[in-house]
Amino acid sequence: MERGGKRSATPLLCPRESGVALRFAAALHNLPRLSSFEFRVSFRMNLTLKVWRQKNGSTAGRFETYEANDVLPDMSFLEMLDVVNEGLIARGEEPIAFDSDCREGICGMCSLVINGIPHGGHRGTAACQLHMRRFTDGQTITIEPWRAKAFPILKDLVTNRSAFDRIIQAGGFVSVNTGGTPDGNAVPVPKTDADLSMDAAACIGCGACVAVCKNASAMLFVAAKVSHLNLLPQGKAEKDRRVLAMVRQMDAEGFGNCTVTGSCEAVCPKEISLSFIAKMNRDYGIAILKGQRPRKAGNEG
Amino acid sequence: MILDSHIPSGPLAQKWDKHKFDLKLVNPANKRKFDIIVVGSGLAGASAAASLAELGYKVKCFCFQDSPRRAHSIAAQGGINAAKNYQNDGDSVYRLFYDTIKGGDFRSREANVYRLAQISVNIIDQCVAQGVPFAREYGGLLANRSFGGAQVSRTFYARGQTGQQLLLGAYQALCRQIALGAVQMFPRTEMLDLIVIDGHAKGIVTRNLVNGEISSHAADAVVLATGGYGNVFFLSTNAKGCNVTATWRAYKKGAFFANPCYTQIHPTCIPVSGEHQSKLTLMSESLRNDGRVWVPKRKEDCSKPPASIPEQERDYFLERKYPSFGNLAARDVSSRAAKEVCDEGRGVGPGGLGVYLDFADAIKRLGEANVQERYSNLFDMYEKITGENAYKVPMRIFPAVHYTMGGSWVDYNLMSTLPGLFILGEANFSDHGANRLGASALMQGLADGYFVIPYTIGNYFATAAKPKPSTSNPEFKKAEEDVRAFTNKLLSIKGKRTVTSFHRELGKLMWEKCGMARNEAGLKQALKRIPELREEFWKNTNVTGENGEFNQNLEYAGRVADFIEFAELLCLDALERRESCGGHFREEFQYEDGEAKRDDDNFAYVAAWEYQGAGKAPAMHKEPLVYEEIKMTKRSYK
Repeated sequence: MERGGKRSATPLLCPRESGVALRFAAALHNLPRLSSFEFRVSFRMNLTLKVWRQKNGSTAGRFETYEANDVLPDMSFLEMLDVVNEGLIARGEEPIAFDSDCREGICGMCSLVINGIPHGGHRGTAACQLHMRRFTDGQTITIEPWRAKAFPILKDLVTNRSAFDRIIQAGGFVSVNTGGTPDGNAVPVPKTDADLSMDAAACIGCGACVAVCKNASAMLFVAAKVSHLNLLPQGKAEKDRRVLAMVRQMDAEGFGNCTVTGSCEAVCPKEISLSFIAKMNRDYGIAILKGQRPRKAGNEG
Repeated sequence: MILDSHIPSGPLAQKWDKHKFDLKLVNPANKRKFDIIVVGSGLAGASAAASLAELGYKVKCFCFQDSPRRAHSIAAQGGINAAKNYQNDGDSVYRLFYDTIKGGDFRSREANVYRLAQISVNIIDQCVAQGVPFAREYGGLLANRSFGGAQVSRTFYARGQTGQQLLLGAYQALCRQIALGAVQMFPRTEMLDLIVIDGHAKGIVTRNLVNGEISSHAADAVVLATGGYGNVFFLSTNAKGCNVTATWRAYKKGAFFANPCYTQIHPTCIPVSGEHQSKLTLMSESLRNDGRVWVPKRKEDCSKPPASIPEQERDYFLERKYPSFGNLAARDVSSRAAKEVCDEGRGVGPGGLGVYLDFADAIKRLGEANVQERYSNLFDMYEKITGENAYKVPMRIFPAVHYTMGGSWVDYNLMSTLPGLFILGEANFSDHGANRLGASALMQGLADGYFVIPYTIGNYFATAAKPKPSTSNPEFKKAEEDVRAFTNKLLSIKGKRTVTSFHRELGKLMWEKCGMARNEAGLKQALKRIPELREEFWKNTNVTGENGEFNQNLEYAGRVADFIEFAELLCLDALERRESCGGHFREEFQYEDGEAKRDDDNFAYVAAWEYQGAGKAPAMHKEPLVYEEIKMTKRSYK
């Protein structure tokens, strides 16, 4: 099931709420929201889960079906999986492996494709902040790992995303050592630049952009880091070699090309704008025209 | 044993400069001969690993997450303090020092805190140079905001994601050193034991979390930057993976553990919604500026929709009890007041563990648009988690554990009682005393990593260090066997209860008996119950799978096993500290208005606990807190 540079088409999302999400909203979401506490605590859902199980990276995986009963609307999606796992362990079965850590949408560790959509398809929401009130009683939910050649599966829903780290290592930094830096106010940064840089820097490195892309392209991730640093005066000195080195590493990792479908922006839990890709392409073009050779920035310290 | 904090002599303001001069140096050409292990890649760990590698040391850095960028420092929202005085509002190094030591309820070391305040200004410069996109004014200069416990605006921030941006800055510096080959990074790797040879820390034993491989790593020095122990309460604002294992296992090898009873509770978190709850989410305290806190006067009304409860049936308990401060009463005071009304059975929401934070009056006064402008990101987050629209129904909030001031004992050089073992960031006990001020955690993590350890570790190499052992040393083999035996034992129990059920039970016990308010009877009950729970854990837990594979249940079981041991030390420390100070509130020791009653005559010391062996009571050593510069006074925010 691993797909790399060329991947067959997956359904595209509309940029706002996905169709799936809208259906949930219409069907049920309003019910518990308007209800009293009594209703909220007594309302339970029974769900069928189709979960990707795979022992490790070298064995074939398959879907297994589990029943998740008595699910409360106030549970987060990951808490629902916790409860399923408690049941599996009690029966002596292997719990479902999935990544999570902060569970408040900022660490970027959680990485589930839920019903075909990375993080489940609710705008600006990582899987850890998705709650079960978004689903309907009796629903079947499919849960898969990120699927991309550059993100090999380690177990069940857990993948290896170290390719992202290697892209940052290639040039996603400002080459300053600790100490000897000028006063923080020595170089004024126009507020609009700082704000735009922050928009890009908000990326949590989860990889949903890759997982949703039909080409498994990492352009939104790379563009976010390139833009974050290239927009600031502190990042200007290495602007050209940064973009060249990072793009070169991105290609070497086996990520596909961008065909500007915009699906990455639609699933990004931090709503990173597609326009950063245009900015990166511009920076890349300028660097090439200047005659810069793509090389690993880190090697020169 | 006498605990020597190695605080330099001389006037407070000159101690650090003098000390830097007195510290022995390592010749630049010799630095590459020294190997350093850094465990943890949060603000303290990543900044230390990068800075040490820049100096020329050979560094190995370990983290249990899949990438160093995910450490829990990333979740810090508010900001980072620095005594820049950019606002011309009277801030200074001395004022930041004084605010921090007062905020810590006079239970931290003067010299450490002063150094922290001095270094704070360098941190901002460093982070700006790295490309951290701090908030700016239209003129292009750095913006500041004010924060709790301070009367000046000295907090630098990057929207509500300051921790994320500072961590990414340190992570980027770390990545640069990885690319240069100066740091070898080991993600998804957990430290399970510390190697001590001839009394010096000389390596660690790790488990590769992907394939279960147990390995030894030798070094000239070991740095632990492994965060706090808030998850001993099961529910906290910490990430799921945060644990006490590294510092606990170092404790069992001879690194004293200091002041574990200093734990901080944050008043404005989203309440527990049921037994399934896996963690808690913090919301900025700024909400209390415009929200009014209340619960129904009568228990019977608690399950009714809040709008149906008339004004005269509501108890605005903070306004009632603390008329001058009202809804802005100090963190610990408001937290305890919320607990009291819930204990009376007047809590609201699922499980009755919540109080209302009502914006109806603010919306009436300011209009919904203005409230939205101030707090829309928080209202959105609240709706994501609870499904409720806080513009229409009052928010529900409840206090939660979110930071631990206690940690491994360290001297002024950040070295533990084991030579060669350095502890940084939240994992040490050093700078926050009994209570941490907002926006100071990020400051301390980065101060330790960027600007303290690079100086002090060199002195250890130049003066006291013993040669790096080979991993074929019998100590490594023995530790590897111990780790294997430990994991095999966990896997062999095959009992009837899940690891989570033990962790949850432990957390509930700790929260009830050793949480926001503690008393002798409750602590004694906990100290009786914890060993029973531990015994049951080792007889009846069920850890599935094998060691030689990706096994999250096994990782978790090891961490919970350590929490069940550590919990006992925490309760013991809380029992022995017969006073109330900062985050440690003993019900027996309070003034009539509910304020903490500190006892400087008898408790102005750091309690550092020494492991005495399994089944034996630990020994407490006291490091007296000597104040040369300032007077200990009653901490009051009235």
